[in-house]
Amino acid sequence: MNKYVKYILGAAAVLSLSACASAETEGTAAESGNGTSASGETLNAVMDRGELNLGVNDSLPGFGYVNSDGDYTGFDIDMGKAIAAAVLGDAEAVSYRPLSSQERFIAVQTGEVDVLIRNTTLTTSRDTDVGLDFGPVTFFDGQGMMVPAASNITTLEDLSGMTIGVETGTTTELNLADQMDALGIEYNTQTYDDRNALIAAYEAGSVDAWTTDRSGLVSSFAVLSNPSDHVILEETLSKEPLAPAVLHGDDQWNDIVTWVVYSLIQAEEFGITQDNIDDFMDSDNPDIQRLLGIEGGLGTMLGLEDDFAYQAISQVGNYGEIYDRHLGPDTEFNLPRGMNALYQNGGLQYSMPFR
Amino acid sequence: MYMNNYQQEGDYNTSLEVADGIRLKPVNDSSFAETLRKNLFDGWKNTLLTLLTAIFSLFLVYQVVTFVLANSWDVVYDNLRMLMIGQYPVDEVWRLWLSLDLASLLIGLTYGLWKGAGKSVAFTFGTVYLVFALIPWTTLNTSLNLATAIALIAVGYAAGDKVAKLKLPTLVLWALFIPFSLGLLTGFGGLLDPVLSREWGGWLLTVIIAMISIIGCFPLGVLLALGRRSSLPVVKYFCIGYIELVRGIPLIMVLFIGQLLIPLFLGGETGIDNVSRAIIAYTFFAAAYLAENIRGGLQSIPSGQYEAAQALGLNKFKLTFFIILPQALKAVIPAMVGQFITILKDTSLVAIIGLADFLGTARRISNNPEYLGRYMELYLFVAAFYFVFCYLMAHVSRYLERSLAKGNG
Repeated sequence: MNKYVKYILGAAAVLSLSACASAETEGTAAESGNGTSASGETLNAVMDRGELNLGVNDSLPGFGYVNSDGDYTGFDIDMGKAIAAAVLGDAEAVSYRPLSSQERFIAVQTGEVDVLIRNTTLTTSRDTDVGLDFGPVTFFDGQGMMVPAASNITTLEDLSGMTIGVETGTTTELNLADQMDALGIEYNTQTYDDRNALIAAYEAGSVDAWTTDRSGLVSSFAVLSNPSDHVILEETLSKEPLAPAVLHGDDQWNDIVTWVVYSLIQAEEFGITQDNIDDFMDSDNPDIQRLLGIEGGLGTMLGLEDDFAYQAISQVGNYGEIYDRHLGPDTEFNLPRGMNALYQNGGLQYSMPFR
Repeated sequence: MYMNNYQQEGDYNTSLEVADGIRLKPVNDSSFAETLRKNLFDGWKNTLLTLLTAIFSLFLVYQVVTFVLANSWDVVYDNLRMLMIGQYPVDEVWRLWLSLDLASLLIGLTYGLWKGAGKSVAFTFGTVYLVFALIPWTTLNTSLNLATAIALIAVGYAAGDKVAKLKLPTLVLWALFIPFSLGLLTGFGGLLDPVLSREWGGWLLTVIIAMISIIGCFPLGVLLALGRRSSLPVVKYFCIGYIELVRGIPLIMVLFIGQLLIPLFLGGETGIDNVSRAIIAYTFFAAAYLAENIRGGLQSIPSGQYEAAQALGLNKFKLTFFIILPQALKAVIPAMVGQFITILKDTSLVAIIGLADFLGTARRISNNPEYLGRYMELYLFVAAFYFVFCYLMAHVSRYLERSLAKGNG
């Protein structure tokens, strides 16, 4: 069910009850309710402001969280910083707007944020009905299932008659129902408001298995008291491609977000990193020259400076560096690249050519 | 345990009040052993209950103490700044210290001038400062700032104790304190570097939202309560409609309306930031409940009071504000303070609209990969902190109740 529609309905109900809802308020609602923006509008607004308004998650380990110094950090945050670096030349020119999953789309629709990069799954209805446009997938995720290693559960069929824990109000709950119905498996669900509570219940044996996105399952190993006692099933229950989103209608802004993300992936493919990027500035390879804006004028075509990719890569790092910084082997998560490896390494990350 | 309860009850509830507020305490001249026998080991049933309760209590205490000692608590002290002030810029923290110093001085003055409940407030604040100042990992700078605050409480007390003339200036300063602090925090609209409200967080945000909502909802609640009993139908039915509408909606819904629908209707650039929208939502929500509390007080005033005041020739305004309201408000202090405590705790709901209050900050920190799975320490700390301040509010309300009851005769 589309949350946006739910809130509009809720709003309509409340307003029709309320004696104080003035005609003026409703008039404005009709005008700005289904916001779309004209091409070029967002870029101009961001340039004038000198800051990128970024809709983020403030409590998803690895992807978007706040560190002890009060700074936003994480995989999604760095993607946003790369966009700021490309557009404004400064990765720190970001104004963060932490969004709950309920309010994230409204924040895009009202123009409160320029880019939403908050572990949002790219789906048809969000692309169309909700009125978003998506950039390239920055992280391919999928829903997995964690079970105790000693339980001898190896497939979803083995979960027949068991109790499975999920977080409330997430797509994981719906995916679970869809998959289990399709397989004709009878099971019980137990829902929890909070990931920590869910993990605690799982460890205490209140639920036989629990499910969430695989990245979340892997990161929870850091919390489990005996990580080796638990396994993640091979099967995935859903596709969860996470991508940055912008408001539908501003094609130029969507192009910018798209090509900034591609530039990070392309940089990894070329082996260009934050540290060695200056060595590539006199490269003879025309592909690299075009990427870094030495020739070709690709940035100008986007409405940016020609060195937009240089700025993004030198200030934030290439895709692989960002991944390793927040999710790689040196972090708590040690999340294998899997589908998020470059295509030549068997993954799905593939940049369109810079030409 | 039972014995303590008994003594407390002796202090507060079972004491007899006679004219002039003299309290008679129950005579308690039995020996300690006798008291024990009478209250705890009176027959095998009571003995069994006492033993079971004692075992359970000791078990609980043991578990808590083991937990407290077994954990290093670094997750709390590493993130203490986040928990207290959120993302408030480090370079501007002096503004918060200045506000705190001013508050401390005022608390000291209040204690010195009026004594009474000011004592508990002054000592609670002093103790909290002292605890944080003495914790070994606190930086020297913070300790010095906290020491200054403690000194200011003492200075305020000494001044208030000696110079009784300071009563009026103190009241004026209290009235100016909140606008001044808010101005200081935000930068006086450009005089200092502006600090946007989205950089507020932690306990600071909780206190700001709660304080403004509490102060804002009080006059609104009084007006609504009076309006509901008005003889003018338009006023009366508007107030009834408002109160019942707001009481019929969950607080989360009100917050969502403020947070999501206002920008949707008015466009993204409403000029009202989301902290203000939350404060407005809390104020309007709490006002409806407070109005009902106050209406209870108004209804408890015997009609003789109205008649007597009218017989004296007091007009409607004087009747309401000098005769009826003071008595009505006094009667509902416990209910009102209960409402205020609820507001303080309900501020934690802003976490769902993307603001990081005290609890929301703890939640954020528990999602920092460095501290994954360390949420128990954080939540215990948050609970303890909330408890200290909520209990202080309840304590002050009990004191006010008793001291105002004295004047009643």
